Order: sequence, then C-alpha cells, then structure tokens
Amino acid sequence: MFTDAFEITGRLGANPIEEIQDRFGYWGLRFVLLTLAITPLRKVTGKNWLIRFRRMLGLFAFFYILMHFLTWLILDQSLLLSAIKEDIFERPFITIGFTAFLILIAMAATSTNAMRRRLGKRWQQIHYGIYVVALLGVWHYWWQVKLDVRDPLIYAAILVVLLGYRIRVRDKKKRQG
Amino acid sequence: MLIKRPADVRPSEITSKDNYLNRRKFIQSGAIAGGSLLTGQALAALVPTDRGAKLADVHVSDFSTSEATNSFEDISTYNNYYEFGTRKDDPYLNAQDFEAHPWTIEVEGHAEKTGVFHLEDFVKPHMLEERIYRMRCVEAWSMVIPWVGIPLANIIKHFQPTSSAKFVRFETLHDKKRMPGQRYRSLNWPYREGLTIAEATNPLAILAVGIYGEVLPNQNGAPIRLITPWKYGFKGIKGIVKMSFVEKQPGTSWEIAAPNEYGFSANVNPEVDHPRWSQARERRIGGGLFASKQPTLMFNGYGEQVAHLYDGLDLRRNF
Repeated sequence: MFTDAFEITGRLGANPIEEIQDRFGYWGLRFVLLTLAITPLRKVTGKNWLIRFRRMLGLFAFFYILMHFLTWLILDQSLLLSAIKEDIFERPFITIGFTAFLILIAMAATSTNAMRRRLGKRWQQIHYGIYVVALLGVWHYWWQVKLDVRDPLIYAAILVVLLGYRIRVRDKKKRQG
Repeated sequence: MLIKRPADVRPSEITSKDNYLNRRKFIQSGAIAGGSLLTGQALAALVPTDRGAKLADVHVSDFSTSEATNSFEDISTYNNYYEFGTRKDDPYLNAQDFEAHPWTIEVEGHAEKTGVFHLEDFVKPHMLEERIYRMRCVEAWSMVIPWVGIPLANIIKHFQPTSSAKFVRFETLHDKKRMPGQRYRSLNWPYREGLTIAEATNPLAILAVGIYGEVLPNQNGAPIRLITPWKYGFKGIKGIVKMSFVEKQPGTSWEIAAPNEYGFSANVNPEVDHPRWSQARERRIGGGLFASKQPTLMFNGYGEQVAHLYDGLDLRRNF
C-alpha cells in the first residue's frame, strides 16, 4: 500500500529503496534552497510578508532530510550499527551529509517562537546554520555522483546565485553605511 | 543458426510482429497519456520493452547458478549504459529505436585470423549456452541474470591469437546519432574494456547475445556484450564493435575516468572498499522495500573457477 501511493505518481523502479532515498534527498535540498530564496525574493519584489513562509519551508526541508536519513538508516543499512558508524566516519560525503542533518535538527528544535525568545542572540547564530546546511548539502550530492555532475551543478549554480545576492547586498550596505 | 528465419528475407527487413503491434500500442497510449495529467515518468511506464526473438538451440551449462533469476522487467529497466543516458531508466527509455542489425565486429591485432565480420558470421560457428550468472555492480547492487551466449574462449580460439597477444581489448560503437548519451562526455567515448588473455579464455567469460532465451534487449547491450561474472559489472562492455589482441594492458573507460576508484582488474572483493562506499554488502534487486543488503562474496562467488588467476597478487593494489 505504501509503495502503491508512490506508484500513482511514478514508478519506483527496480531499486525502490534507492529511489525513495534519492527523492527525499532531492526535495530536502530543494526546500533548503527555497528557504534561502525567501530573503532575495522579499527584497526584489517588496513582498515582505513572504518571511512568514520561511520557517515552514525550513521545517519541510528538515522533514525531507529526516526521511532521507531514516530511509538510509532503516531500509538501506538495516540498522546495522557497525556499517552505519563506518559510513558516517569513514566516507567523507556521508560525514558532511550527516553534519548538515545535525545542524538541521538543532534548527528544527529551536524553530518555535518560544525558543527564539529564550535563546536571544544565540538563536540567530544557530539559524545562520542554514548557509552551512546548503553548502554541505550541495557538496554531499556532488560527491555522491559517480560521473554525471550536471544535476549537482544546477543546484550549486542556484546556491551561488542565492548566496551571491546576499554578499552583494551586504557590500552595498557597507559602502553606504 | 542464430535466429530461425526464412532464407530469402534478411532479418533487418522484417518488422517483427511484436514491434509492429507495440509501435501502434505506443502511439495510442501516447495519445491517452498526453491528454492526462500523468507525469513524464508515468508516460515512460507505458513504453513497453519489446521481447526479442527466440534463440534456437540453446544448451544448458553447469556454470549456471540455481539462485532465482531477476524478472525480465527488472533486468531490462534498471541499467547502467551511459551511451543512452546516465539515469537507470535512460537506457530502456532511449534505446527503443536503436537498430542492432546490421552489425559488424572488427577483429585485429596479434592473431592469425583478423578482419571485419558480420555478427551472424562471427557467431555462427559456435554453440549457444545459457549461463545464469550473478551480476554485481560496483555501486553495490546485484542481480541474477539468465544470459544466452558463447564462451569467449571458443571465440578467441577461432581467431588463433599469437603468443604476443597478452590482452584482449574491446571497444563499443561510437555514434552520437544512434547513441544519444554520447553527446555528453560522461565517459571518454568510445567505451573500452580489456582482459588478460588468461581471464578472457577462462570458461566463465562469455559474449552474451540474449537473455531469457531471447535476443538481447537494446538496453542490455545488444547485439553482443561481454560478461565476466567475477568482476564488477562495468567490465561487461556492451555493443561491441571491435576486439583486439594486444601486447600491453589496454586503458579501460572507468579506470581512465577515475583511476583511484576503478581499476583494470575490478574483481568483486568485499575486503577492498570503493573510496566512497563499502563493498562488503550488496542490495539484491527484487527483494522489495524491506529486504536487507546481503554479504558480498569474494569474486562474486566464482572463486572456484577464477581465484587461481590471481594467486600471489596483492588484490588491494591490483583492484
């Protein structure tokens, strides 16, 4: 029944575990980039109310990355701790993916209004983590590919644009202030 | 005879009944899918993989495993064949119209008999065998596939290589028009592979021309491809157009692309990890959502037939 739900929108193919794991990863990365797109969109369109969606998009990103991780942990690795530990500590592309996931956990856990009030300045420091998550996420994807880097290249290009915008805005402010 | 056919009509001139009906079914289903909200992937699900013509006179082999074979659908829709695209479903989607006939193979190098041969003549002198083999991909998944083919040893014997022939080198077709994936240089086209003469004449090595008793589907490497079941799947070069007997170890495509990750030997070895992932376990395709990975076997379980080829070699250095 679970697989039937996916089959409605597209075949899972001969390796369904890999397909599910990959799709959760793609959507996680897309939502991370979407959260980074909010601020540039606000500035460019003047629609300041877009900020209200940023937390929701961030939590979607966390949800998809959590599912990506759980698919790997349970379906791919069958909860075999020794193999999991080896992968996380000895395969660099998994290390950086896992690190990004840990940062996202911290951000999700501190995403409530109450948490924001309680943590004060610390809250913003934690939530600058989205930049690290985006960089590590794109890198994790790029490093996982065997030869065809065209897809990761697109994500990297989008990230460069989103980060480049912020750098330009900050430079402009510095020159004016 | 490779295929039973009327003597006065060439096989390339006949549209098989399956193709004829399937093309019309495809056009009909395309019209239906176009008018609906189905995604591109669902449309792909409607494209059938034509079953090949039945192969006659196929003999049973003792080298076949008794493990359950993977379904024709799995075998023909989950492929690494970058000549048709780098996604797993690209080959079966993009190779539907690939014409595998007429086909010629050039044999050259240190051998008594060389030349350019039509596929039918290349295959004609030899007996077809069914070899049900495990296939272990370097990506850590595997299948059990019922190949139909010819022992490579028999083919090589026919061409009588001289003592200077230390290696056999293979090359794939290079034609961007017929193989659209070659428009992107994911690999340095044409695909090339090679074996030592001892590996090539080992009884396990075959040139496969079919699966499930039928002609090989395009996405599986039609019309003829190499199978070396004790090595990672990328050694099984597809769509072979050239076979050369050479003195020096030939460069092979994946080794050229990433020499620290893919070697010339590429023997299945659970003790030597790929730099980016473990080779100790593998996912057997067809196990479903909750099947765990299973342990990978040394030489993919074919040690009895091939381990002696590597006696005394450091398999970590010669990977």
